[in-house]
Amino acid sequence: MRPYIREKTAFGFDDVPVNTSFEAGYLVTVNSGWRSIRPVVESTKCVGCEQCYLYCPDGVISIKDGKAQIDYDFCKGCGICAKICRIGAIGMEAER
Amino acid sequence: MSRKFLSGNEAFAEGIRLARPEVISAYPITPQTIVVERLSEMVEDGSLRAEYVHVESEHSALSCAIGASAAGARAFTATSSQGLLYMAECLYYAAGGRFPIVMMNADRSTALPWNIYGDQRDSLSQLDSGWIQAYAENAQEALDLALMSYKIAENKAVSTPYMANLDGFVLTHTYETVDIPDREQADRFLPPYETDNRIDFDNPKNMAFSAGPDSNYIFKYREHEGVLAAKAVIAETEKEFAEIFGRQYTGLTESYLTEDADYILITLGSIAGLCRETADKLRSRGVKAGVLRIRYMRPFPNEEIAHELKNAKGYGVLEKDISFGNEGAVYTNVNSALKKAGLTIKGGNFIGGLGGRNISAADIEGIFAHIADGKDGVHFLGIGGSDNG
Amino acid sequence: MANKTAESISREEFFYGHKACAGCGGSLAVRAALKVLGKNAVSVLPAGCMSAVGFNFPQLCFSNNSIISTFAGTASMLTGVEAGLRAKGFKDFTAVGFAGDGGTADIGIQALSGAIDRNDNIIYICYDNEAYMNTGIQKSGLTPFGAKTTTTPAGRNIHGNIRPKKNMFEIAAAHDIPYAATASVGYLPDFIAKVKKASQIQGTKYIHVIAPCPTGWGVAPDETVEIAKEVVDSGLWYLAEYENGRFTLNHKPKEFTSVEAYLKKQGRFRHLDDDDIRVITESRDKKWEHINSSFEYSGK
Repeated sequence: MRPYIREKTAFGFDDVPVNTSFEAGYLVTVNSGWRSIRPVVESTKCVGCEQCYLYCPDGVISIKDGKAQIDYDFCKGCGICAKICRIGAIGMEAER
Repeated sequence: MSRKFLSGNEAFAEGIRLARPEVISAYPITPQTIVVERLSEMVEDGSLRAEYVHVESEHSALSCAIGASAAGARAFTATSSQGLLYMAECLYYAAGGRFPIVMMNADRSTALPWNIYGDQRDSLSQLDSGWIQAYAENAQEALDLALMSYKIAENKAVSTPYMANLDGFVLTHTYETVDIPDREQADRFLPPYETDNRIDFDNPKNMAFSAGPDSNYIFKYREHEGVLAAKAVIAETEKEFAEIFGRQYTGLTESYLTEDADYILITLGSIAGLCRETADKLRSRGVKAGVLRIRYMRPFPNEEIAHELKNAKGYGVLEKDISFGNEGAVYTNVNSALKKAGLTIKGGNFIGGLGGRNISAADIEGIFAHIADGKDGVHFLGIGGSDNG
Repeated sequence: MANKTAESISREEFFYGHKACAGCGGSLAVRAALKVLGKNAVSVLPAGCMSAVGFNFPQLCFSNNSIISTFAGTASMLTGVEAGLRAKGFKDFTAVGFAGDGGTADIGIQALSGAIDRNDNIIYICYDNEAYMNTGIQKSGLTPFGAKTTTTPAGRNIHGNIRPKKNMFEIAAAHDIPYAATASVGYLPDFIAKVKKASQIQGTKYIHVIAPCPTGWGVAPDETVEIAKEVVDSGLWYLAEYENGRFTLNHKPKEFTSVEAYLKKQGRFRHLDDDDIRVITESRDKKWEHINSSFEYSGK
């Protein structure tokens, strides 16, 4: 479970809730546009130690089949993962 | 039903005991203290099952009540004067979040100069905070408002916090014989609080969030609608209250001899009794005097005031308030009601009782005489007119 | 390859899609703590960075029950939420607050003191990025000596902030709180262990975690974790606990790394001269005299 992008993103008069409480974890926009550089995992090097997963401020890294994978919709390209990786399995590449 | 000889504060506390709040957070301030002392005793002796939180300030008192309300609990707090002003930020917060908290405010003067006695400058300064505002006249009404307040505030269409105002000392500390409803009847009248505006572990919520220009105005419009919806809900609630407890209240206003009155004095709070006595005296001399007591400042009784005043030759507004540089807030509101109704009656504003200064029967006779002279403008009792005519 | 810390916390993400700056230390602290406390955590966040980036209707970034409090009211709203949920018969939940340094040490200190005094069953986490970052880097009571902020400019006459940080950890401890701790996002396993420990203690818990703000500190976004480690390694911050009336030091650097190197890496300290650095180093040494004489060391 984690907040995720919903189908309904625009809220007109009748859709706005009557009070200031609403469904938790309701996302309507991604953060990918913030990036100028992106982390790229070299899966042959990655040992799945999870340091990058632990230290990611945005929580966009998960481990699948023993390798780090990144949710590029929400990665802001801060580069903490690349710095924290002791074996250099994550490189930062320019966004095109 | 039982009868007891109680002060306004004690009567209000009895009403709150019957309303079964689940969280009480309060900070002491004169002249509110008795109500929170009595409630702490009720919690101690087990006659009220509530979490009693000894907060360290009024700001925290209301902030805590908001948290409790967000948890789905019925919450109560009480304050006065500087305390109300200190928690002002939270007043707007509770209203914007649509949390139906009930608060008793002991109306008291605001510093400077320091003064512990009653006037209404504290609560009237918060008319725009989004709270329902009721003004009690006597201890019985105070108790009954305490019980009715939650039913009105928690109504789904309303979902708005409720401030019950009692004149400091004159009402909070004056003893009267009061009927106390039976617990069973009270429970029948006021069911437990149900809401979806709360923390929910099955369907988690994000609450009290930000809303940008795209939707903010919609939330504010709904907040306005909520307070307006209280008009009908107050009427329904009073009807149901009368059916169960036998006391019928009269909605946003209470009129006395107004039907054929030439001169109507509009006021609020505990001074209304002396105004009515004065009207009786004037009637015996052939002066057609009447009194209109405002029971609710929010929602404001625009239609009621226009209706009561439509045949009057003159009116006055007696209030314990002044908005410096202009006039009393009640007067401003009353004039707006008349303007909207197309009425062009002369009326004066009489500022009295500031810092607890006594308002005498002679003062009120003087006000009626002034109204009969067809004068308007702002007049300070004991001083005279201001230049704001 | 098993990561013991990663295994000890939830795989779920509770703070996601937020609009915090890239490399935000505060968001890392909030994310990590919620992964410890799980889905029945109820978070209270005052006006400040984390609420500003997480609660913009309809973009709502907490998947657990979460609510914004007034700026001064983190602790008092926590009290109300905890009392309200308990009154409604809920037992299995944790009321946790996340307030910044200004929200904790300045405007919120009264409500926090009240909550600790009542021993309300809450966890209060101060994510300390050492200035009012949300409003644009103004000095708070936890801004360190010498730091340049937008209200403590570094000029010829005054070299940034002239006052040291308030000691919130010992202020909390002075209430004889059941549990207080200091931490840093540079030592995440230590922070996570402390949040876990706090969740198992009855009464009020206070955790003060250093959470660098790359924007306000003048470091690159990828340096957040390193600089948060270095502030501990240089002895300018420390990892400690207060429990049962006793202070414990959890981590003792064998030798401090250079204070000057730590400072000069950051835009906010770049103006400091040798005298300023000497003052900072001396105050660090004085602090450690106090720590060494009155804290027990838990390490080997």
